[in-house]
Amino acid sequence: MPDFMPDPAVNANAITISALYKTYDNGFKALAGIDLEIKRGEIFALLGPNGAGKTTLINAVCGIVQPSSGHIRVCGYDNAVQYRAARSAIGLVPQELTTDAFESVWNTVSFSRGLFGKPKNPATIEKILKDLSLWDKKDEQIRKLSGGMKRRVMIAKALSHEPQVLFLDEPTAGVDVELRKSMWAQVRALRETGVTVILTTHYIEEAEEMADRIGVINKGQLVLTEEKNALMQKMGKRQMVFTLRDAIQAIPPALSAYGLALAENGAKLIYTYNTHQASHDVSDMMDVLKANNIRPKEIDSRSSSLEEIFIELVGA
Amino acid sequence: MNWRGIWAIYNFEMGRTWRTIGQSIASPVISTVLYFIVFGAAIGSRIQAINDIPYGAFIVPGLVMLTILGQSISNASFGIYFPRFTGTIYEILSAPLSYVEIIIGYVGAAASKSVLIGVIVLITAAFFVPMRIMHPFWMLFFLVMTSITFSLMGFIIGIWADGFEKLQLIPLLIVTPLTFLGGSFYSINMLPEFWRGVSMLNPVVYLVSGFRWSFYEHGDVSLATSVMMITAFTTISIAIIAWMFRTGYRLRK
Repeated sequence: MPDFMPDPAVNANAITISALYKTYDNGFKALAGIDLEIKRGEIFALLGPNGAGKTTLINAVCGIVQPSSGHIRVCGYDNAVQYRAARSAIGLVPQELTTDAFESVWNTVSFSRGLFGKPKNPATIEKILKDLSLWDKKDEQIRKLSGGMKRRVMIAKALSHEPQVLFLDEPTAGVDVELRKSMWAQVRALRETGVTVILTTHYIEEAEEMADRIGVINKGQLVLTEEKNALMQKMGKRQMVFTLRDAIQAIPPALSAYGLALAENGAKLIYTYNTHQASHDVSDMMDVLKANNIRPKEIDSRSSSLEEIFIELVGA
Repeated sequence: MNWRGIWAIYNFEMGRTWRTIGQSIASPVISTVLYFIVFGAAIGSRIQAINDIPYGAFIVPGLVMLTILGQSISNASFGIYFPRFTGTIYEILSAPLSYVEIIIGYVGAAASKSVLIGVIVLITAAFFVPMRIMHPFWMLFFLVMTSITFSLMGFIIGIWADGFEKLQLIPLLIVTPLTFLGGSFYSINMLPEFWRGVSMLNPVVYLVSGFRWSFYEHGDVSLATSVMMITAFTTISIAIIAWMFRTGYRLRK
């Protein structure tokens, strides 16, 4: 049984990472000073381009990678000193689909629960398998399952010991839209039960859909951590594209205050503005346009996605 | 101690044995039978008794050793190498398990399987040659200690190897020759003096000798020497593993 000291860390963060560095033996600096706090019950999305350090960060927290320096606490427990308590609190779904091909679904999930030192509990495993729509496959060998089902088996394994913190490393890579939606619903349901969820993803719409808070990591450093809504407000832009009846050569000086741009040889006029700066009023601008005999034939309006914000942040 | 975790690993590994029952148990039994037909019945009848022990009976302890050395190494090395190869090792590393617990699980299962196979080989042998075991306690002692020690060595190989060829390399190039030259099929005392001296450098000689002593009260070296040597090998294996784990060698990046 976990031989942890009673650390009354009830109010502790789910994850506290301080000054974490990791340089691999080949000299690659995967993590270069990460400080991060993740509150209990949050859904936290970690975004970053390939090779940014997302998986290294997760593996360091889960005990698979040895950090070069720095400290990690999981639910208040130091993951180096009180590793049993720290690791007991974590469920990990790694990026790669790695399963024991010849085991049955039931056995592999029960095995995971045993590894984490939990007593047998068929009812819990039954519930997990049913929630993940794996119940009718419980006696199948894993190699006979489809990719999406294998992914769900891995989630079931991670949940088998009832962790408080769940890491999902690219959970929906290679998963079809329907299954992705159902996974999102399951993640939300988990959060309802108090589980903290940390996910990395390449699908930014996934982060946009799911996360309470977003961390952007690039070259081993956290570029930013922010509430998702705040991030969208702060960095989100809106654009209006006016397709003109008659192309214009230049923007009349009267419109200079609006920061307009011409496109397609003057056939289109683009107005970019920040969603939450109400300094400009479109109807005012329309009046000026009309006064200058600029007549839009069509107006398109769009807001920037998290994806665009992300690309701007990592300079990709 | 995370006993449930140890049990989970042990059970998983034994499950692999039962799943592959054919190659796990049938193949050592078949090869033993072949050895007995060739060396025991066909050639053995023309070889004179060694230390008054008929040749067929003389080779029984050596054959058991030959089998459990090979089985221990291949089982334990495969047991830990395969999850490293497929990536399922992530789960073992992220579980609340100490290195000692991981070893007990994997090495315990590999050694159990070896002991089981050793016993099966012995039972098979009993059908072919008259056999007696004069010191059952020492027989079990050598059987168990050798299984554990060579499973530990197999575990080391399984962590060291970074490809399937390497997994075969040491058993093929080192263990098999050492076993064949370790007195499985002859007594070291039958060798010319120079080669007898060289043989004394072969660790397997001490294992076979001690094991054979437990059957017939006759060994190439004294029981005490054999006991000392097997204990030394176990200690060395444990020391190497301790070093590997302390440095995270090839397991935790």
